[in-house]
Amino acid sequence: MSAIEAPEPPLRLTPTGWTLLGLAGAAILLLLASLTGVIGKGNPLDTVFIDPFRQMKDAPDLLVQTVWEGLVSGVLYALIALGFVLIFKASGVFNFAQGIMVVFAGLTLVGFYEMGVPAFLALILTLGVMFLLAVSVERVVLRPLVNQPDIILFMATFGITYVLIGLGELVFGGNPKQMIADQLMLPKGSIEFPFAGGFVALQKIDIAAALIAALMIAALAFFFQKTRIGRALRAVADSHKAALSVGISLNQIWVIVWFTAGIVALVTGIMWGARSDVSFALQIIALKALPVLILGGFTSVPGAIVGGLIIGIGEKLGEFYWGPLVGGGIESWLAYFIALAFLLFRPQGLFGEKLIERI
Amino acid sequence: MFYREAGQFKTSYAADMAVFPIRQDRIGIAIILALAYLGIPALQNEFLLTSVMIPMLVFSLAAIGLNLLTGYTGLLSLGTGAFMGVGAYACYKLTTLFPGVNIIVWIVASGFVSAFVGVLFGLPSLRIKGFYLAVATLAAQFFLQWCFVRIPWLYNYNASGAIEVPQRTLFGLPVTGANATPETRYLVLLTLVVVLTWFASNIVHGRVGRAWMAVRDMDIAAELMGIRLLPTKLLAFAVSSFYCGVAGAAMMFLWYGGGEANDAFNINQSFTILFMVIIGGLGSLIGSFFGAAFISMLPTILKFGLPAIGIPLSGATAEHLTFLTVGVLIIFFLIVEPHGLARLWQIAKQKLRLWPFPY
Amino acid sequence: MTLRKLTLGTMAAAAVAGATAMALPASAQEIYVPLLTYRTGPFAGSGIPIADGMSDYLRMLNERDGGIGGVKLSVEECETGYDTKKGVECYESTKGKGAVMYNPYSTGITLQIIPKAAVDKIPILSMSYGLSASADGNVFPWVFIPPVTYWDGASVFIQHAAAVEGGLDKLKGKTIGLIHLDAPYGKEPIPVLEKLAATYGFTLKLYPIAAQDMQNQGSTWLNIRRDRPAWLYVQGWGAMNPTAVKEAAKNGFPMDRMVGVWFAGGDDDARGGGDGAKGYKALNYHQAGANYPVIQDIMKFIVDKGQSKAPKDKVGESLYNRGVYNAMLIAEGIRNAQKITGKKAITAEDARRGLEALNITDARLKEMGMEGFAAPLKLTCADHSGHNQVFIHQWDGAKWVKASDWITPQKDVVRPMLEAAAADYAKSNTGWPQRTEACEKGS
Repeated sequence: MSAIEAPEPPLRLTPTGWTLLGLAGAAILLLLASLTGVIGKGNPLDTVFIDPFRQMKDAPDLLVQTVWEGLVSGVLYALIALGFVLIFKASGVFNFAQGIMVVFAGLTLVGFYEMGVPAFLALILTLGVMFLLAVSVERVVLRPLVNQPDIILFMATFGITYVLIGLGELVFGGNPKQMIADQLMLPKGSIEFPFAGGFVALQKIDIAAALIAALMIAALAFFFQKTRIGRALRAVADSHKAALSVGISLNQIWVIVWFTAGIVALVTGIMWGARSDVSFALQIIALKALPVLILGGFTSVPGAIVGGLIIGIGEKLGEFYWGPLVGGGIESWLAYFIALAFLLFRPQGLFGEKLIERI
Repeated sequence: MFYREAGQFKTSYAADMAVFPIRQDRIGIAIILALAYLGIPALQNEFLLTSVMIPMLVFSLAAIGLNLLTGYTGLLSLGTGAFMGVGAYACYKLTTLFPGVNIIVWIVASGFVSAFVGVLFGLPSLRIKGFYLAVATLAAQFFLQWCFVRIPWLYNYNASGAIEVPQRTLFGLPVTGANATPETRYLVLLTLVVVLTWFASNIVHGRVGRAWMAVRDMDIAAELMGIRLLPTKLLAFAVSSFYCGVAGAAMMFLWYGGGEANDAFNINQSFTILFMVIIGGLGSLIGSFFGAAFISMLPTILKFGLPAIGIPLSGATAEHLTFLTVGVLIIFFLIVEPHGLARLWQIAKQKLRLWPFPY
Repeated sequence: MTLRKLTLGTMAAAAVAGATAMALPASAQEIYVPLLTYRTGPFAGSGIPIADGMSDYLRMLNERDGGIGGVKLSVEECETGYDTKKGVECYESTKGKGAVMYNPYSTGITLQIIPKAAVDKIPILSMSYGLSASADGNVFPWVFIPPVTYWDGASVFIQHAAAVEGGLDKLKGKTIGLIHLDAPYGKEPIPVLEKLAATYGFTLKLYPIAAQDMQNQGSTWLNIRRDRPAWLYVQGWGAMNPTAVKEAAKNGFPMDRMVGVWFAGGDDDARGGGDGAKGYKALNYHQAGANYPVIQDIMKFIVDKGQSKAPKDKVGESLYNRGVYNAMLIAEGIRNAQKITGKKAITAEDARRGLEALNITDARLKEMGMEGFAAPLKLTCADHSGHNQVFIHQWDGAKWVKASDWITPQKDVVRPMLEAAAADYAKSNTGWPQRTEACEKGS
């Protein structure tokens, strides 16, 4: 306790506070202007700031449907982001190959099934393939490149991407394939219920996706918190050297995280595949995980989930209510601007570890 | 034996600070330039010019641009493709609005437009770092790409939605358009690349370059030494985008000769150029050339070269194997030398100095 | 170190060998036909059956008839991956071998090589894709776009919608949507639809899908649900189509009100939708199915001998047959060139004349075993498209079936627009060459 207390200034806000205050003020002003009729319908300010909310009020069923769609895609983005986070946490590698791993896992599964293997056996065999992949990535790529700068490891995963594209197309061909959703007992059809004058349709497959994703996240959390390997993983994430010195095998841990990321990729592949089809075009959706990842922070599992939901819901609402104003299709970049806006206030992402810089 | 600087004395500071202090290096550069200017056009091989050399030069220019930002200043960018696109569209608008001005002037001028856009998207770089900064540049990538499709003014309301390159001449010879011979286009591009490389070399060896490198190595330390971070980082963004913009304009006008620009400047292009920089060597101008040559020429050589030397491969299988091989080679080179091909080159030169009598 | 040197050495050797030994002309006794195909990449699903159909038909001609007019065809596929850069590479590497014509099979590649065609004097056969304006033969003597353009397609779609609604006047006040890939290809039909919207008084709504969101169309379909368009036209490609069909089924959009352009009418596009896709319509200009003598011949000479890359059950699917139809146009162009010039081994310039005077009559179709497979086609000096008839086919849950008569595009609307666009193109490409190529007699 210091003897002299500095006098506290009466109102002192951080830049963040000022920005939020400013935004809130502008919102109230706009609302007042709209209510008093200063800004009428058709005014550009009204079109951009007031009218979308009026639409939300007028057709709540569409609002609910939009939020639901956002929720589902958010969960699916979170699934891909989860794969990234697992690997980044444990090995510091920004895994560019996660997208192609999703395709590869999906193709392997369908490929086995087409060869006449029963669906669930194919699932197990695919897991085996993903395990082999994890082992070979660790042996061939990670082990020789240990202790290299992040960007080099990032580059190496690009090499893996090329190899997987080549290998996948060589073995399975480039044809798009139908995901074996029925055989895997995934539900289809939808539940529709009337809501506020309209209807809301929930796809059963989407519900299943949300449930499975939630289960997976719970299982992963349990694995991380309660098991021996999970503890070792967290130790490695904190410090490679300290973990090595207490006798944790880095190589073994790496195989485990890459395998876990492979499982996540397989689940993602099944879910996205069931929504459209399994083809090499699917690898593009991995890019959607980047803003999620950055928003949530590279090292945080809850961050990936919350980030996924914010991005998913935000971009669907944005596209649906504001997209038509500029001709639509803004979904492709909106996610990045949402993430950017958050980053300006928290440069390490919402849940990322605080950056401490020393000379 | 031949590569030895014994007997070459420096009598002034200027001589000591020369970019090529060793006489043999200067001779080597002269030979390479002579080969590039006289030898390659003399082969009269149109395929070599249009599909191997011109792409390589365009990519080298873009890779130099990104290397100034990522390699020298340590700011990761994934928006290279979009900045190239800005250059291409700017050049198209400028040359159609003012057809009287020489096209070379506009190719260079479009770099300034791109630099301006680069600075805008570089603004967050003061607060956001590392992979997180990549999101700001990804926002640029997707937003600009969306603009390229959605703002018809940019492509002069063409029904095809593509850039249509008009014929422009230099000293009476057509440089752009279908009637420009590959030789003319190649020589113009080569001159552009040589001049801009010389500029870049002067920038990085001067005060600005040293400030950049100080920021790369540790920005807080650099700030404490009196380097103002924001102007330095923004200058890096500006110069880098300038190079990318010129590369984009050159790509559309001297290589592609018009076409679906949205497709040419997509996210994959950004990644490709980043990988050229990494595999060539971060923070090395010659590395940019190596990287560009490696990534842009390797698939072409594998695809067309292997059948030519009697390894029969065709169609899709060849393409798959190409992917596989490129991936394996990327990983291989990273393991052999994580600091890129430029480093390999340096080691080779070091060895050559002592050859044939290493101590 | 030795390994390093060895690798570098091999690569350097390959580079030199690859660069020098590139342009070996094919032997004079063969006609060299390069096929720019894509069996890899995100669009491979649509590319593979087309590539199979093209190469199977041409090789069948070699096996059955010994080529065309006694000259064997030398068919070479060059993989583009639907990537413009690779496509242009393919063009550059094959043009020196005596290519008689090019089939770029991508709008991007077509746009790239159109300016080169007149310089290299090799015709481009962009079958119902590419630059719609290139239907004007007076401006684009080297580019052919039979049998229809995207602009014709859009007008046929409107005619079909009007026919179902009970007349063109019934379209007034209706909303018609266009869901399209957000790229030049997807935006092709917009000018025609806008013009027709002004004429017939319907509202046009656009739903662009960015390439990276092809499989993620949720919010677009919410917009469609809000706007409730009476009809929907799909100008999509690759993975965008099955996703759109699935989303339509999911959102309860009436499938028989959703019409795809011919490139959205593949079997894989509809199959993904399962039962929900039943009733989905698409435009087409050739039939699907294997019950045509020509397909049976391909079966007999190629597929049954195990020389086809296509699995037997895929032969006869819609996109496979599109490849066959395209290959037929190539072959007929060559045959016609032989007839006009009297030469056996024709050059690219002869092939251009052959294509320009192409006249495939009903009798000729029957001769080729394609009776009822496609409509007759006649190109002229000015008309490089034919603006041929199109029909609607409908997915019955397992296969495509013909669901309408042949519909003639509104040439009176489309043709003036095309000519204006062609003039614009020539104007903005300063230095665009005037047509100097003479027209054939009687065309």
